[in-house]
Amino acid sequence: CCSACEIMICLFVSLQQCVWGKVKAHPLQHCRRYTTAGDSGSNAGKIVAASLLTVGGGLGSTILYAKWDPKFRANIEKSVPYSDQLFEMALGPPPPPLVPLQKKPVRVTITFTFPLSVFDACLHKDHHEPALKERPAEEVSARLAQQDKVEQDALAALTAGLEESLGSSAKTTLQAIGAQEAVLTAIATHTNKLKEAMDSQTPPDEKSTQWKALNEALSDRTRAMEEAEEALLKAKGELEILRGVINSAKQSKIDAARPQILAAEENLHSMIVDLDKVVTKVQTAQTEAKIMSQYSELVNEAKAQFQQELANITPEIQANWKGLSGKLSADDLNSLIAHAHRRIDQLNRELAEQRVREQIHIEVALEQQKLEDQKALERAVASALEHRREDMRLEQEKKVQEVREVMEAEMRTQLRRQAAAHTDHLRDVLKVQEQELHEEIMNSKMMEQETHYRRLTQEQLDTFTLDMNAAYARLKGIEEAIDSHVIAEEEARKAHQLWLSVEALNYTLKSAGADSPTEPLEGAVGVIKENCAENEFAQALASALPEESLSRGIYGEASLRARFYDIRRLARRVALIDETRNSLYQYFLSYLQSILLFEREQVAPPAKLAPEDLDTFRLLAYATYSIERGDLELAAKFVNQLRGASQRVAQDWLKEARLTLETKQVISLLLAYANAVGLGTTQAP
Amino acid sequence: MSEKELGQKWDRCLADCAVKFGTGLGLGIVFSVVFFKRRTWPIVFGTGLGLGMAYSNCQNDLRSRYVLHSKVAKEQ
Repeated sequence: CCSACEIMICLFVSLQQCVWGKVKAHPLQHCRRYTTAGDSGSNAGKIVAASLLTVGGGLGSTILYAKWDPKFRANIEKSVPYSDQLFEMALGPPPPPLVPLQKKPVRVTITFTFPLSVFDACLHKDHHEPALKERPAEEVSARLAQQDKVEQDALAALTAGLEESLGSSAKTTLQAIGAQEAVLTAIATHTNKLKEAMDSQTPPDEKSTQWKALNEALSDRTRAMEEAEEALLKAKGELEILRGVINSAKQSKIDAARPQILAAEENLHSMIVDLDKVVTKVQTAQTEAKIMSQYSELVNEAKAQFQQELANITPEIQANWKGLSGKLSADDLNSLIAHAHRRIDQLNRELAEQRVREQIHIEVALEQQKLEDQKALERAVASALEHRREDMRLEQEKKVQEVREVMEAEMRTQLRRQAAAHTDHLRDVLKVQEQELHEEIMNSKMMEQETHYRRLTQEQLDTFTLDMNAAYARLKGIEEAIDSHVIAEEEARKAHQLWLSVEALNYTLKSAGADSPTEPLEGAVGVIKENCAENEFAQALASALPEESLSRGIYGEASLRARFYDIRRLARRVALIDETRNSLYQYFLSYLQSILLFEREQVAPPAKLAPEDLDTFRLLAYATYSIERGDLELAAKFVNQLRGASQRVAQDWLKEARLTLETKQVISLLLAYANAVGLGTTQAP
Repeated sequence: MSEKELGQKWDRCLADCAVKFGTGLGLGIVFSVVFFKRRTWPIVFGTGLGLGMAYSNCQNDLRSRYVLHSKVAKEQ
């Protein structure tokens, strides 16, 4: 292809020469025709002026455009030396390049200030607890006994006091009640006597006796009332004393006395109630008696008045006018009758008046009675309420007492039960200890013999076990040895197989021809995979082989070497061509360079590559050196560093070289592994 | 084979050049004879045209690897 190229260029040049030669003649002739009139001086001047103008125009336009387009300016500055100075003179310094603004990160420092809080917990706990010692048991019991005795004494005193006061108060109360009842009877007799006296149907002589009896009854009554008053006062005093005693007994807080206190209270209450009842009875009787007396007074008054009137009218007639009815004359009778009529009229008038006043009086009396009734009712209600309250309180106290007793009884039973359980437990423990002691004493002698006998049997057993263990261990050892032998043989066989298959693979590599690749390695690799299915390493390696080598085979080193030289020639020829420079003119220049550049074909590569070593020609020299020494890998590495068109040219070769290297590497690994395994499994004789 | 690629390109190039040169020459001659009274310049012009086209083609072919293809993205 390059020879054809040269021929073409020659043709072209010659043609051009021909053409140019033809054409050249005419403008000269024309020039000569046209320029005969002018002189050469102005001609030259014109030419000089024209050239100056062109150059100046070019420069000016360049500068103007550079002013407008900074990129153009940068380009020119790069390519034309000293243009940057010119531009600086003409336009000033170049505009600074745009740099993206960097935002400074705002640092916000947050300072935490934790206020230190000092907890000054000074708890002044000065516990001066008293040194508690446990008192000894006897002291405790003595103290308990003492406490009990004290309690008993107090209780006895209390009960005695209670009983005494109860007795006295009961006596006095009974007395009072008796007195009150006596009063009642006295009042009743008096009233009866009074009634009888009022009743005027009794003969006159009996009247005086009646009146006397009445007086006696009255005096009786008054006396009885006085006595009753005294007795009542005394009884009330005694009851107060009893109440005081009961309160003090309550305050002493001895539990055992409670029922007695309760009973005393009950008694007190009942006595009060009875007294009150009797007093009310007496009061009602008194009011009735008062009414009766008032009535008797009225009647006496009327009688006296009548007698007085009668005496006024008939002065000679003395008392007891009833017996004088035969001795009276007609005048006396008339005057008596007239007086009687007058009296009747007067009485009628008085009656009428009285009737009129009756209503008012009745109302007033009713009002008074109502008031009195109200008062009596209030009093009665108050006293009844008091009695009820007392009753309820006493009931409550009784109930509380009952409940307390029940609870105490229950607690006692529980404690008893616990004590019983404790004693049972103690009994059991003691029994067990007794048994143990018994056994120990009994069996101490037999134990010695037994231990001796046991020791002997144990020794026998131990020796027997040892023998058995030894025999067993030996058997196991023999078995293991045989097994390991079998395993080792198996391993050796496998290793041998692996080695054979890897050797087969290695042999296929030799089937590479001058320009043709080897046979496809599929077969050999398949064999390896089949035979060494358990060997993971071999499997991994076998599958690491590249696809191309399996399907198509690889090229041998010799063919690669030969091909390399072609590559080298081509790469040198297109050394200048890359992305930026790829016109035909560049191709021509590159070709020219490759012809004119003289260098050594092979140069020893340095240990480290410097940047100037990355030149195409240098790299190719290193690669040639390496490949002549048989180091395909190093040559491939150098070829890999080519850039541009040279790289493209060497691409395929590089790929092939890589394939070959890879396959060779894997195969060498497999070989090494097979050898190692084989070495490992062979046993020294 | 990547090394053969360059050679193939050159072969194409030359073939193309020959064809275009011949065609240019031919057409030049034709035009010169028919339209331009047997002047030389159409022949030269045609040949030049042909060679120029061949040169341009050759360059493009050799360059084809490095040319960046851009597309105007549709505005969404």
